Amino acid sequence: MNAFTFERLSRPTDAASAVAARPGAMFLAGGTTMVDLMKVDVLTPDTVVDVRHLGLSSIDVSDHAIAVSAAVTNSQLAWHPAVRERFPVLSQAILSGATTQIRNMATVAGNILQRTRCSYFRDVHASCNRRQPGSGCDALDGFNRGHAVLGVSDHCIATHPSDMCVALAVLDAEVHTLRADGTTRSIPFVDFHKAPGDTPHIEVALAHGELITHVVIPHLAAARRSHYVKVRDRASYEFALASAAVVLDVDGDTIRGARLGLGGIATKPWRAVEAEQILTGRKATDDAFRDAAEIAMAGAVARNHNHFKIELTKRTIVRAFATARDANL
Amino acid sequence: MSPRGLTIRETVGVRTRLRVNDTTHELSVDSRLTLLDALRDVLGLTGTKKGCDQGACGACTVIIDGQRVLSCLTLAAGCEGQHVVTIEGLARGDELHPMQAAFLHCDGFQCGYCTPGQILSAVCAVQEVHAGMPSHVTPDVRQAVNSATLTDEEIRERMSGNLCRCGAYPNIVTAVRQVLVNEVRPALSGVEGS
Repeated sequence: MNAFTFERLSRPTDAASAVAARPGAMFLAGGTTMVDLMKVDVLTPDTVVDVRHLGLSSIDVSDHAIAVSAAVTNSQLAWHPAVRERFPVLSQAILSGATTQIRNMATVAGNILQRTRCSYFRDVHASCNRRQPGSGCDALDGFNRGHAVLGVSDHCIATHPSDMCVALAVLDAEVHTLRADGTTRSIPFVDFHKAPGDTPHIEVALAHGELITHVVIPHLAAARRSHYVKVRDRASYEFALASAAVVLDVDGDTIRGARLGLGGIATKPWRAVEAEQILTGRKATDDAFRDAAEIAMAGAVARNHNHFKIELTKRTIVRAFATARDANL
Repeated sequence: MSPRGLTIRETVGVRTRLRVNDTTHELSVDSRLTLLDALRDVLGLTGTKKGCDQGACGACTVIIDGQRVLSCLTLAAGCEGQHVVTIEGLARGDELHPMQAAFLHCDGFQCGYCTPGQILSAVCAVQEVHAGMPSHVTPDVRQAVNSATLTDEEIRERMSGNLCRCGAYPNIVTAVRQVLVNEVRPALSGVEGS
């Protein structure tokens, strides 16, 4: 690990200023991604600003939204009674990721900003356009069984690893930020992460030194009928090979509206809007869900070792919708 | 990382007040020092084990402010004012914590290397169950879980962050269940759930 200055601040604007002032500075929250990547020299900040003591630790519940401060831990969010009641898909997604120890450390903002688990990104001796722009991508023709099939480019096929983010994408969350000059803005969740394209090193919509302060999840009555399915190589403590987050709004057996998010197979938390649209007005049958799955995966591009993910994801989508449909509410 | 025995209290670094097992230490630490290395190499509390040192095995599990966390991914400099409980802080004198006693009684270990992390993790897992918190395998996250009807699958899922290469898992599950059904709710300072 390279040497760095550790700063412990208590005001959000001071933290934003401290990072904005130095190109090599980074925010540190739970550390579950960042300290890990610092140990293997993938991240080499010269200044680390601890953002866990900025007063950003509340979950505020109102009739029209739940506002989650940036430093709330993944456990606190998943276990909150209002989240479990209103947005079961979010609790399920969080609880399916990592372990209790890691969820107790990891923050909401940190989860949103977590880096890919691509083994070539994590290996400083490998070529990786995301870590070292222009150096190439060893994953394209390498061991890419875990890599993405949606949102890929010729420059990067790294999977976004988060479960929580798939649920936040489906729930139309908004990411609120603060800049060093004191200005704030909100970013729709689906616009927050960037597909790699020609610039895989640009992962999110934040400017350097821009601090996430909180995430707002707007109320969605239909989300009581929501579900997250995660498929992986182990029963626990493993990243997704494929996952689906769904919200199903039904009137009897007719679909009024549906939402579909996908994880484990895309370069960013994925929202399959076209697949959602074809479900509106149809009967909530497995055949209808399969039709939506076909549309969701129509643009999939596989490499040597990850072709299986396309069919796996389709079945995961059908399972998630069918489970939501059959839930006894 | 410092070699064993080398004090780094003189190293120019970050002043950090660390409360470990009810004892407060005023340290000046290298910003890169993990809590795991601080416990083992600076404070001499070698009960906390270094397994993978990358957040994968759970051997380094400690309890900070009532929550189980991984000390290998925690910077010591970030622990200012927090209360850390390690395996050395669990027993009261010669009286073992109920979870320690259960691991002994149920033979919940073989080589013992993962055991401190397993025990601290299990202490918190029991508290989380008593608080009704769901896990990934809970059928309905809206419902509070019940310690009396908790399945083995639930216990395994809740303990999945602690690997045991000897494969003592069945007896670990038995030990956790023994504490669960005995409704033992230890009132250790710093170990209260939230």
